[in-house]
Amino acid sequence: MLLIHCPYCDEKRPEIEFAYGGEAHIARPLDPSALSDEEWETYLFIRSNARGRHHERWRHIHGCGRFFNAVRDTVTDKFETTYKAGEERR
Amino acid sequence: MTRFSALNLFTKALGGHKGWQEQWPTAEPKASYDAIIVGGGGHGLGAAYYLASKYGITNVAVIEKGWIGGGNTGRNTTIIRSNYLYDESAHLFDHAVKLWDGLSQELNYNVMYSKRGVLMLAHNVHDVQSFKRHIHANRLNGVDNEWLTPEEAQAYCPPLSIDPNARYPVMGAALQRRGGTARHDSVAWGYARGAASRGVDIIQNCAVTGIRRGPDGAVEGVETERGFIAAKKVGVSAAGNSSVLMQMAGLRFPLESYPLQALVSEPIKPVFPCVVMSNTVHAYMSQSDKGELVIGAGTDQYVSYSQRGALHIIEHTLASICEIFPIFRRMRMLRSWGGIVDVTPDRSPILGKTPVPGLYVNCGWGTGGFKATPGAADLLAYTIAHDAPHPINAPFNLERFRTGRLIDEAAAAAVAH
Repeated sequence: MLLIHCPYCDEKRPEIEFAYGGEAHIARPLDPSALSDEEWETYLFIRSNARGRHHERWRHIHGCGRFFNAVRDTVTDKFETTYKAGEERR
Repeated sequence: MTRFSALNLFTKALGGHKGWQEQWPTAEPKASYDAIIVGGGGHGLGAAYYLASKYGITNVAVIEKGWIGGGNTGRNTTIIRSNYLYDESAHLFDHAVKLWDGLSQELNYNVMYSKRGVLMLAHNVHDVQSFKRHIHANRLNGVDNEWLTPEEAQAYCPPLSIDPNARYPVMGAALQRRGGTARHDSVAWGYARGAASRGVDIIQNCAVTGIRRGPDGAVEGVETERGFIAAKKVGVSAAGNSSVLMQMAGLRFPLESYPLQALVSEPIKPVFPCVVMSNTVHAYMSQSDKGELVIGAGTDQYVSYSQRGALHIIEHTLASICEIFPIFRRMRMLRSWGGIVDVTPDRSPILGKTPVPGLYVNCGWGTGGFKATPGAADLLAYTIAHDAPHPINAPFNLERFRTGRLIDEAAAAAVAH
């Protein structure tokens, strides 16, 4: 089980307190009706699925309830850092 | 290749079983091939086998970064069934089940396909309605599937508890009698032996590090740890690492890779006659011929390539198993492991051509690729040989994520992942 640092609670807590929220920094389109099929495909379905450094969202669902971002190595499952939602990509 | 037969066994026994030749030789990579399959699991080895045996392309190499059958082929729970809801899926998986039948004879290798039946438990009204819908859809597609009452289900699988006071009582079950299990290692080995005897080179411990494309964009071959190997046609069948390989060719795929765990108990005498799956409480189990109870868990929630998962997932699964089968409450578990499964947004595979000429893909089987092994292998071989998909795998193209013509088994899955 992963130990995850919540940047809001500033505490390392076990994974069962958290819900995974998928890849981070995928911006919702500002003008959806202007999007082509290809852009919709990219937004909805295409993911980096990185082997190595992976940016992802987690939600501290059984804690503060807030979303935050994390960088984790997907080969070792080791977290590099976690940071608050809205902060620059690290 | 020495054929396995009773006579051969007898004569070799006279020589102390020292006269057997190796089942497939260790191959050194040649400079070029007509086709290369990346990934030496059941799907990849099978594709090479069918290319050579059925589609007449024998100058083929299978390139595997580890040892053959050491990825998801050696890590799954060996369940075979084809009771999928949608027409496309039913055709795809039933194509595989038809090939499972007779595979041992064809390969001259016992893959131990055992049609012991797959029982899917319904625990609530929604399950009952959904399974009955599946049964009717399956029957329209010529796929056997039938409804059992709780008593009939228990008669079919005696360890099953149908206690109405259970937290999730069994309200009935769908049974596919042609479903069952097979021996996963034998599938890889049987295909490897069959392919090698037809001239296919099986190259192990050789990771592909790049896919080389020419000025026209078409595939020219693959870069490997042992140098460049040329081929005009490259088929990728690499499960959890498919998207990594696709990126080597400059393609981004709608895939995410998750750990999926399984575990086995200590071996016991035959007590569990079939495969039982339950979506609602989320557990599935069968008993191997060795006697172990083979139990499957769900995927972990995060993207990973670590080939291991967390204990709380297993704990949850075992809690479900103990609930449905109280007789196993005092069993001890021997080992658990994880594999990396590549999951598509609609939980259906991607099997066909890619935007790169000469590059073919067989991926996205998610948590249920083993059952499809012969079918996927055959269809990948067909697609490579004809440079066009077979009608069965044509709907499972990559374009569906753009056109929206999804095959949404995610909502229709027997076991949610």
